Formats: sequence, structure tokens, C-alpha cells
Amino acid sequence: MEEKRLLLDIQDLSIRYETEGGAVHAVEHLNLSLAPGENLGFVGETGAGKTTSALGIMRLVPSPPGRIVSGKILFEGEDLLNKSEEEMRAIRGGKIAMIFQDPMTSLNPVITVDKQIAEMVLLHNDMTKEQAEERAVEMLELVGIKRERARDYPHQFSGGMKQRVVIAIALACNPVLLIADEPTTALDVTIQAQVLELMQELRRKINTSLIMITHDLGIVAEMCDKVAIMYAGKVVEYAATEALFNHPGHPYTEGLFNSIPDLDSDEEELKVIRGLMPDPTNLPGGCAFHPRCPYAVEECSRTAPSMAEIEPGHFVACPVRARPYLDRGKQGVE
Amino acid sequence: MEHTKPMVEVKDLKKYFKTKRGMLHAVDGVSFSISKGETLGLVGESGCGKSTLGRVMIRLLEPSGGEARFWGENILAYPARKMKEMRKRVQIVFQDPYSSLNPRLSVSELIAEPLLVNRVYPGAAERNRKIAELMDTVGLARRLINAYPHELDGGRRQRIGIARSLALSPEFIVLDEPVSALDVCIQAQILNLLNSLQKQFGYTYVFISHNLSVVKHVSDRIAVMYLGKIVELSDYRSLFSEPLHPYTQALLSAIPLPKFGKKRNRIILEGDVPSPIEPPEGCRFQGRCLYRQEICTVKTPELRELEPGRFVACHFARALVPAGGKGQYNGERTVS
Repeated sequence: MEEKRLLLDIQDLSIRYETEGGAVHAVEHLNLSLAPGENLGFVGETGAGKTTSALGIMRLVPSPPGRIVSGKILFEGEDLLNKSEEEMRAIRGGKIAMIFQDPMTSLNPVITVDKQIAEMVLLHNDMTKEQAEERAVEMLELVGIKRERARDYPHQFSGGMKQRVVIAIALACNPVLLIADEPTTALDVTIQAQVLELMQELRRKINTSLIMITHDLGIVAEMCDKVAIMYAGKVVEYAATEALFNHPGHPYTEGLFNSIPDLDSDEEELKVIRGLMPDPTNLPGGCAFHPRCPYAVEECSRTAPSMAEIEPGHFVACPVRARPYLDRGKQGVE
Repeated sequence: MEHTKPMVEVKDLKKYFKTKRGMLHAVDGVSFSISKGETLGLVGESGCGKSTLGRVMIRLLEPSGGEARFWGENILAYPARKMKEMRKRVQIVFQDPYSSLNPRLSVSELIAEPLLVNRVYPGAAERNRKIAELMDTVGLARRLINAYPHELDGGRRQRIGIARSLALSPEFIVLDEPVSALDVCIQAQILNLLNSLQKQFGYTYVFISHNLSVVKHVSDRIAVMYLGKIVELSDYRSLFSEPLHPYTQALLSAIPLPKFGKKRNRIILEGDVPSPIEPPEGCRFQGRCLYRQEICTVKTPELRELEPGRFVACHFARALVPAGGKGQYNGERTVS
């Protein structure tokens, strides 16, 4: 028995969308793990497969056209892909909860917010309606919404307040894993600061593990212990936040950092990644990033790179960039 | 000290919208000037009036009051025909390249539209040469000339929007959140393009965005808006190194920095932005301000020049005393 039991262990997960234009390899051979209480940031651009991975964990990939082709999703030691729909329904919102990007569309506009929280509580707990509604009011107070507003409808709240309601629903049943898909992207920066602060505080209180899906590396730096960078359906780099921010290994990660204007220094020109994201139905052979990569060598167009551990816990799917580290490692042994 | 006359002077510009619940003060007495070749950044959160300001100053919306002088002439008083001539010289690029392009027009037709409307380059051969030249300028491959917007990604669509705005060789361009709908890598490409165009052709920009790091990157000076008013206006360096208005301080402290271990004294503002409908007298920000004093609730602070080039609308700028003993802003970014 390992000393730290994994909460979530995704092994070789592949998800495809069958479309008229061909199969979209949305997620390819994904391997990820999460220990209890840990925070993982999931970073990538539009179409990288971040949301599909999250939906995969929840078994919510729309099917058709989506299909989980292979892999295992071990949650508390059991494979979610072997669960019946009924068992999954008990897990969703119970042990695993999800917060979606847009609070405007994830709440029911014709039901008061306390009822929407109580609905979740009733579904997963053996409680009377009154107890569930009392729990709903407690949850609202926890996320900073006054008791008097419990009977209000979603449209009576601002964007930031609605996202608080969504968080209250997600946390109502004390989940052990919370998946937040761009939870603050629709919000203004001062409201985003409020919501992130709230999420941090609540996490400390109830010790939930978090998967934070975002395109904002600033949010990752603030919220996460570990980061996975995704490009065209694959994780290209996986490391502790500190290691990834201080010495990014993959050329794509480096390109992402260079694309963000720096607040602390003046630069005339941003160092951009040349070209565009590849067509997901027709990915380049070998490493999907090689046509855009400044470090690419001939082998990159032929062999798909595998993850190499350049430092303990720091994985990079780029043989070119990993080589100096690995060579140094060998010399150290000799 | 600069002696050249500013290219654009906006004076006490106002735009009110009539709503069922009363007058909505979207832009409420805004004044500033812009020199030729300069980029003025306009930042603020949703609903602060920055887009409305961008539209009113080039008269895409009729103002409720005030002046917008270009080269000394108030274009808000221009008769229709003169205004039409003027439109060639002032252009706008919109935020969403998905909804601002007609889906039924091809790339060449989209870029030809402003040329046809204004009857410049009436000959087809000449016009096609101009279209090809514009596509080169904004970095659109010529093979895309017959493509339709839905076939293109957001970055390329935004390049079409930029090509359209450049077609009539304007001098002044309002960029209304031109990169907000784009992924960071594409965003960086478009920012570099706008920068090199400005160097090449000497354009004057107003760059509207809610993204502070983007605004800092592109702007020479930055105006911060809150509820229809400019609360601070300054060169970008001073604004970021020593913000003077409590709102600017909170706004800057709220940006998550993509760096590890760089934590700041974050100022978490309480509550939301109040309604812009019939705003009461007094400072618009006082309800959320950590330094509120009695005068703030009764007297609206004027935008005053605290030192040369640095404007702030706060009664207590540089003399802020926390009202409820809450943490005071310190300029330091790095706090362990």
C-alpha cells in the first residue's frame, strides 16, 4: 500500500468525437493523478481538450458524437468507466462536483436559488425538504450571500453573485473532488479576485481536491500545486507549479509564457508562437507541435514523443528539450 | 514640455441612455486629449462606459453633450455630409470578429466594402490591387481571398476587421477589445501586428480593453474608467508603479500574475459596481472605497492634475487614510 492513496488516477484515457469531417482526437492517452487535497491546474487554449477531459471524468461526454475509446479513470480506487449510469448519478454532485464557466446559463432562471441548492442536497442526502432548505441557506451564507436573498431568482443577482450560487450548489454535498471549468472567465477582474479568494477559503475549510481548468496562467500560479499543459489533446508538460513557472520545459509552455505581456517589464514585441493550432481532424504526425516549434528536429515529425521525467515530478513530452537534463542525470550516476 | 497641439481633444463628453428606471449615465463628463501617433489605453470593468465612449467620440452614437475635437474641429457638430468625409479618417475595430463580419461576404468582398461605399478605387483592377496590398499588410495569406468568415479562425477574422478599418487610410483608430475573443497565442500575434502597423503608418489608437496587462503592453497613456467617469489618467509607467486612485489600486492588485511566488497585498473590493442609472452626487466609487470620508458621499471629485501628466479624481489622492482600519495599499508587488 502506498503511503499517499491517490484520489484520482487517470490512465491512458482517450476520447474521440466522430464527426462528418473525420474523427477528432480530443483527448489522447491522458495520464494524470491527484492526491487528496491537491490542486491541479489544467491549462491550454481553445480546443486543447481540457473541457473534454473534465467531462470524461464526470462521464458527461455527449455521445454521440463523443466516445471514450480507451483508458481507466480510477476514483478512490474504482474505475468510473465501469460504473452504471445510476451509480454515476450518485457520484456526480455528491463526491465529484463541477462548476461550469458561465454562471448565467448554468442556473435555472425560473427557480429561486435556495430551491436549486436544496434540490442538490435532497438528491444526495436523506433529509426532509425543510432540512434541505435550511442547508441551502447555510451554503448561501458560506459563500457570502445573505439569508434574505435566498428566495431570489438568478436574474436578481449580478454575475459574480451567480457564480457564488453555483459554487454553493457544487459544494452543498461536501464533494471530495471539485472540477472548475474556467470558473471566473466570464467575470470582471475585481469580481474574479473575490471568487478566487472565496474558493481558496472554502477549500481550506472543507479540504476538497480541485481541478482548475483555465487558460490563465496567472490563476494557476495563485491557486494550484501542480499544472498540466495540454496541446492538441495531449498533456505536453506536467509538473509542480513552482518548477513549471521557474523553468518551463516544453517549447509550447515556453511559447505560452512568452505570449503574455509582462506587467513588470517593457517589451516592444511579444515573442509569439508562429502559425496556428492544427486542425483537430488532421493532426500533424509525430509531435503535434512540431510544425510550430522553434526547436524541432527531423525526428519530431516522425515519432510521437513520450513523457520524460527531467527532474523528480517534472514531466516533459519533448525529447529535444529533455535530452540535456537526462544526459546530465546519467553523468551524475556515473 | 510639448507644444504641439493634440490631435484629439475630448471635452466634457456625455452619453445618457433613457431607460424605464431613469437616465443611464453611460459616459458622464469625460475629458482627455491624444497626440498624434500615441496610443491611449481605456480600461475598466463591464458597464463602465469604455465602449460607449469609444463609439461616441467617433460619432457612431450621438452624444448627449460635450465635444470631440479632431485637429481642432468639433466633429460632433459636423453636418451629415462633412461627417461622412470625416469617417474615412476615423475608424473602429470591433471586439467580436464572429459577429462583426457579414457571413455571406468573402474576404475580398469584406475588404472591398469600405472602398466601394466611399467610392475610392472605382476601377476593379486598382481595387483588387489595394485589397491584395491590405491582405499583405495585415498578414492574411492571399490564397484566402475567396474564403468566407466561417472558414477562418478568430485571429484571421480579426485581421479582416483590421484590414477593413485600414482600407481608407485613416489617421485615428478606435480598437474596441480587439483581442479579447482570442487565445493568448493569437492575441500576441495580433498585438504585434497592431504595434508594427502603428510604427509603419503613424496611426493614433484608442485601445479599449478590460485586460490590464494587454493595455499596459500597447499604451503610452492609460485612462481608468469607473461608472462613466475617468478616475485616473496617466502615463502607463506611473499608473502601474504608483496608482493613485483607490479603484486603480484595487484593480491592479486583482490581476493574477503568471509568476510563481509573486504574491501581492491583494485588495478585495466588497460588493459590485453600483447601477449607472441616476447615480447620486458624490464619488462614484465611494460605496466600495476603503478610504471613504464624509465629503466623498456629497461632493463629486474632479479629475485634477496632481502633477504634470498625472490626473486623478479623488479628494484624498496621496493622502489616503483607511476608513475602517483595513489594510492599506503598499506599492510593493512582492510580499512573501
